[in-house]
Amino acid sequence: MSVANPAIIDERMRSRSPLQRLLSRPEVGSLVGAVVVLVFFVIVAPVILQPASFATVLYGASTIGIMAVGVSLLMIGGEFDLSTGVAVISSALTASLFSWYFVLNVWVGVGLALLVSLGIGFLNGWILTKTKLPSFIVTLATFLMLTGLNLGLTRLVGGAVASPTISDMDGFSVAKAIFAATFKIGGVDIQITVLFWIVLVAVASWILLRTKIGNWIFAVGGDAEAARAVGVPVAKTKIGLFMGVGFCAWLLGMHNLFAFDAVQSGEGVGNEFLYIIAAVIGGCLLTGGYGSAIGGAIGAFIFGMANKGIVYAQWNPDWFKFFLGLMLLLATLVNLVVKRRAERK
Amino acid sequence: MIALTAALALSAVMVAGCSSTGGRPQPNANGAAGPAVNTPRITIALVSHSGAGDTFWDIVRRGAEEAAAKDNVNLLYTADDDGPRQAQLIQQAIDQKVSGIAVTLAKPDALKSVLANAKAANIPVVVINSGESVAKSLGAQAYFGADDKVAGNAVGDKLLAEGYSHPICVIHEQGNVGLEDRCAGVKAKVPATEVLYVPGKDMTQVSSTITSKLQATPTADVVIGLGAPFTLTALKAVEATGSKAKVASFDLNSELAQQIKDGKIIFTVDQQPWLQGYMAVEYFWQQLRGGFSLGGGQPVLTGPAIVDKDNVDAVLKFAKDGIR
Repeated sequence: MSVANPAIIDERMRSRSPLQRLLSRPEVGSLVGAVVVLVFFVIVAPVILQPASFATVLYGASTIGIMAVGVSLLMIGGEFDLSTGVAVISSALTASLFSWYFVLNVWVGVGLALLVSLGIGFLNGWILTKTKLPSFIVTLATFLMLTGLNLGLTRLVGGAVASPTISDMDGFSVAKAIFAATFKIGGVDIQITVLFWIVLVAVASWILLRTKIGNWIFAVGGDAEAARAVGVPVAKTKIGLFMGVGFCAWLLGMHNLFAFDAVQSGEGVGNEFLYIIAAVIGGCLLTGGYGSAIGGAIGAFIFGMANKGIVYAQWNPDWFKFFLGLMLLLATLVNLVVKRRAERK
Repeated sequence: MIALTAALALSAVMVAGCSSTGGRPQPNANGAAGPAVNTPRITIALVSHSGAGDTFWDIVRRGAEEAAAKDNVNLLYTADDDGPRQAQLIQQAIDQKVSGIAVTLAKPDALKSVLANAKAANIPVVVINSGESVAKSLGAQAYFGADDKVAGNAVGDKLLAEGYSHPICVIHEQGNVGLEDRCAGVKAKVPATEVLYVPGKDMTQVSSTITSKLQATPTADVVIGLGAPFTLTALKAVEATGSKAKVASFDLNSELAQQIKDGKIIFTVDQQPWLQGYMAVEYFWQQLRGGFSLGGGQPVLTGPAIVDKDNVDAVLKFAKDGIR
């Protein structure tokens, strides 16, 4: 009878230091990346640390970050959504046009917009689970249809390509105070979207790490068939994730509507990539089963810093997109290096 | 029964939720008039480089539609902001044997060969809005529009006259020649002009990027938007930042006209887009009616027309009608 070599220890039994455990978290690499980008901009554009400037960075990050929360969860669940950018505008247009056309209190439109946004999410998830088509195809179709609907219905209902202003309608001022408010911290105006973003990240993190649903999300993203075999409701989980994205789209859509009074029907195209980029920078894998909501938030923060930092640095605007791409690439590479270091230890 | 209950509940919500102010104006009983002419019906194609959902091009289209309704013209309006795809749309118009084609030449190189095809098919072409410098060489019979550099110069002159010295010119679509020309025109007159690029497809980012620029540039004394929706967002950003900078604009809509009247925007330069669409269609009808040539082969400029507090009242009514 041979005895196992005691020098060879099963890797599942290997003890890991707290530092190793910390470094293996999906969001830690992106956090290091965020610190690197922040330090860089503090050096080249010290104005970024002024409270008012930092509040602007946070606002820019929050309008990406709100959607990045839903998209991060969806990507952890093994799917992604190409309709998110225009879905935000669809939500805003629904609330605006419905209230305006039927001369209703804007809260009726807000409620309907929530139902429509959740419905779009449900439809995406339901078609996906019923047909087994890739989410790329399903949501690309939704993206194209929503783009057309946004333009077609806005012209049909409002007679123009932007929604009519609803700022003089009942309920507008209250809705504006909720969805497009600012509040002061230390004398600095902070946009309400920053608070929405923080709350969404907290709720999403709690769901992922502290609930049965969180386990299901990781399971369906890792291996849907294996998850189904152990009793995970795969279809319901995926539909729920798409509806979560729909909720985020509604929230950001309402901010857009009440912050700017009217909505351009052609907006939103291309933003879906920013949300996916934020999630990926934050450590979510495109293949699913790995990532965190906090990581997606950090990814959005990196994007916000790079986007606004370039302006604060007053670099040649012709090179804006190049600098932005370079910043995002560097942040992602730092994330990758940290992750690999953690895996090697 | 469930359906009936749901319908009643929805009705109750809608009745209870009615707004006492604002909303859609109630329609009146006036019917639309038929064509005002008795010339044979012709088909005209208008192919622009508009992106989806652009308010400026909506006004151009309205002008063309009004002329078409009056002149017994079947108007085929199509648009694509991608040069090669715009060329394909023009080719489709040629294939349909239209009586005339109006095009925008924002990307003239992409349209050279297809405009040669139109010439070979004996289909007259006019150019609107952009491409004045190349219109004639590409075989166009007329040009209706503004010169963006001239419009930029007009803004620069007015800013100088009013004592502004450090403008920020906000470009909402990087690489758009017309927008770049507008800012270049301003800069030619006010050398300290800075260009700021913002992502025009996302108003929240437009707002926060303008805010960050104002925070980084406290000496800026005027922000110039290159389209009405973007100027209105710039105004909100300026107000939120507490900046002393004023706001000026290119182009017009009813909300912007109202803000000029209220003294929140100092002025705008209007290129009268409705007129561009209208004259494009009218040109072909005039040609059919009596062999007339609007403009006599010379460019017909529809701008720059400066709208400020002194003359905004005359414009506001028409802006509310969606034609200014």
